[in-house]
Parts: sequence; structure tokens; C-alpha cells
Amino acid sequence: MRFYEYEAKALFARHGLPLGESRVVESAAAAREAFDAIGGPCVLKGQVLSGGRMKAGAVKFADTADEAAACFEAIMPVEVKGQKSRSVLVEKKSSIVQEYFAAVTWDGRAKQPVLVFSDMGGIDIEEVAETHPEHVSKTHFSSILPLSPRIAKEAIGATGVSGSDLNRLTPIIFELMQIFLRYDLTLAEINPIGKLENGRFVVLDGHVDLEAEARGLHGDLLEELGIGEDETRQARPPTDFEIAGARVNAVDHRGVAGNVVEFDGNLGLVIGAGGGSLTLFDAVRKHGGKPANYCEIGGNPSVSKAKELTKLILAKPGVERIAVMMNVVSNTRVDIVARGVIAGCIESGKDPSEAITIFRIPGAWEDEGFKILEKYGVEYCDRSVSMYEAAGRAVAKMGAPA
Amino acid sequence: MPGLFIDVKVDPEVAKDPEAAAKLAEVCPVNIFRASESGVEVVESELDECVLCDLCLEVAPGKVEIVKLYEQK
Repeated sequence: MRFYEYEAKALFARHGLPLGESRVVESAAAAREAFDAIGGPCVLKGQVLSGGRMKAGAVKFADTADEAAACFEAIMPVEVKGQKSRSVLVEKKSSIVQEYFAAVTWDGRAKQPVLVFSDMGGIDIEEVAETHPEHVSKTHFSSILPLSPRIAKEAIGATGVSGSDLNRLTPIIFELMQIFLRYDLTLAEINPIGKLENGRFVVLDGHVDLEAEARGLHGDLLEELGIGEDETRQARPPTDFEIAGARVNAVDHRGVAGNVVEFDGNLGLVIGAGGGSLTLFDAVRKHGGKPANYCEIGGNPSVSKAKELTKLILAKPGVERIAVMMNVVSNTRVDIVARGVIAGCIESGKDPSEAITIFRIPGAWEDEGFKILEKYGVEYCDRSVSMYEAAGRAVAKMGAPA
Repeated sequence: MPGLFIDVKVDPEVAKDPEAAAKLAEVCPVNIFRASESGVEVVESELDECVLCDLCLEVAPGKVEIVKLYEQK
């Protein structure tokens, strides 16, 4: 779940990171008051959850209180990737001599957090990494062993930063690493960190993503920041399809059958199990398939839950067929899922043997499940067929008429 | 009316026995049996949720039958 910039900065402020004076405002009059209170040129930034604010016109500069009020009025109607600003952050404009980039995120391949630092901040870090790789350092560190400022210092130094700049940046970056671990974040980013004319550093913009599953651990923080329990905080608002998926999952406590994410393809996916969802989704795309959705099933959902999920996916415009695929399961029963998806097809007015391109769920009670699938003429396979191969079979069937 | 996959048949003698009904309702993990003063009622909407645990067969030996409809020709 994503934080707004002002929330990210409130989190940073908790840990003493250097920030410019700022206020969050929700009216032009408040913007004017904020300007007067801060006392000088300000930058006004629309508070949205997606990037691209500057290009969209949701960041403006004001030299007077009247300009601040006008900037507020100009920013609020602007849509940034489909989102309007919730409020506007009025912040003291700083005289910057150089900008830096720092981010901590997870490296799934290395299975460790990684600190990315650059002395070329303020612009797209991927672009910097391509055009000026010597200005970007990537440093992995343990999430278990005690952290040391030395890790931050070496990461900064690797880009050529030295002397007092190195000494002043190190505690800021070290604190960012600690914040990342302490709050179970998936991203803690400062871009840019500005170096002021007096040699000090200030956090100009911040991005924070909290692992959604860790919300319960950080209720106090979320309450302090005023983040409501019903706020999903994804990069875009949930679609009707996704809301309906969450409803299917919430109705019954048994297992998981929901967490759907909508895509615009034609192959519905009922997928899951121990990372299986991501693997299978990627495999479908690798074979040239066009997923209509991502989803997660597991933990032994009830028949009715699997049925309702199947009905939801089959009801999505453009979806004629589904693929039912999971990793090898031990805590989800194959026969229960088979019953659910077949019942879902039938209640959707579809023949399961045509609507289900492939059923690849090996594991607990698979013999019973295979009996059900045979009865309804559904193509199925066991663990001797890899997830990748099963995805290929599903995609191949999409070429044939339903 | 049976489910799509499962049907449950209860011996009429047991079906009218409040004590047996209470036991069946207690052991079934997916609430297929509902007990009342007049005996036991099979909740048709829950039939397909049957997890084949056989607990009902244990509390009423020979008096309850679980039918896997997908095994029938």
C-alpha cells in the first residue's frame, strides 16, 4: 500500500530525516495561509499516489501568497494518470546545488533488500542506470543481521561522493534503510535528496510502499498518519471487477479465492499456490497468452467460494475460457476446487469441457478431483506436466473456437 | 434435491430421532445437517461442500449414505 508524499515525509520526520518546512492544505485560502506561515517562495505539489506529477502539471511554484492560492486552484483539477489530488503539499522552496537519489527495496532474485544510490537524482533512475551506470550503486544487505552505517557509506562512496558530502549523506541513507526494515516496507525512496547551498541536505520528495500484509503490525503508524482501514492505497483505484473479487473472498472465511487484478486479455485465470500465481501469470504471457486477470486461490477455499470466483471471471466481458492452474498443493484440496470451478461454469451457462482450457492442480485429493474432471470432460494434468507447459496448453487452446 | 456432486441419504428412522440429529449436526464440519425437535434436515445448498470426512457415517453407522454423484454413470 502506497503512502502519499506528505505521509511518507511524516514517517521520515519521525526518524529525524531533514525536511523542508511544509503544510498540507485543502483549500486555496489555506494555501495562502501556508505560504505566509512558511514565509517565502514555495513549491506546491498535488498529493496523488502515482508518479508523473510534474509532467501532468500538478507541481507548481509560487513566489507570492496570491500565486500560492492560484497554484492550488490550478493543481486540484489536474488528473495524474487518472487520479486527482487529494490535497496539496505547500513546501518551502530550497536552493539546490545538486540532487541525489536513494531507494531501498526488495530484490526478489537475491532475496535481500537492496539499497540503490545515485549522485544523479531528480530524474528517472532507470535512465541514469542505462546512460551513466558509474553514477548508480546497488548494495544488498541482510534483513536479519544488525545494520551498520558502513553499508550506507560504501554505497554512497561507490558513486564517487566523498568528503563532507559523504559524511552528511551517510546517516540519512542509513536511517532510510532502518525505516525500510522497521516498517515492513516494499519501497522507501527519496528522490531527490537536495544538497543546499550551505552544504546541508534536505529530503525533497519521498515514496513509501508498505507491504499490504503488514498493515496489522503497523496499526499505530497508520492511525497516526490518518490512513483508514478501508483505504487500499494501490497505484490506481480498484475496478468494479476487483471490488467484486474482494467481496467474493470476504464472504467466506475458508481459504482464499480473490485478490483479483484486472487485465484486458481474454483468458481468465484461476491460479495460485506458493507463488504459483505469479509464475503462472508470467508463463501465460511468455506463451503469448493474454490474461484477463490475475488472482490468488489457496488455503482450501470452499466450493462456493471457488464457484463464485469462477462465475465472476467468466462474466468479465471478452472472457470465454479460463485456465485453472496451481503449484503442487498440500493445503488445498484438488477435488474441492474442481467442484467449484465446474459448478461456476455450469451456473454461468457454459460447458466446463469447453470453458476450462486446462486444469492443472496436483496435490491433496487429486484422484478424487480427477474423477470429477473426467465426468465433465475437462482436460486435466498432474504434476508430471510443469506449470509452464500447462500454461502453454491453455494458450494454445485459446486459438481454437470455444 | 441433490447437489451437483454430492447427495446425502439419511435413514428415515434416524431422520426422526432428535438425539441422532443433534449428533449429525454437531459433527458435520460444513453444516450439511440441521437438527430440530422433529429430527434432522439435510441442507441442500451445502451438499456440494461435503469434504468426505465420514464423521456422519461414524455417528450413525449404516444409517447415512454419502453418494458421489460424479462416480455414477
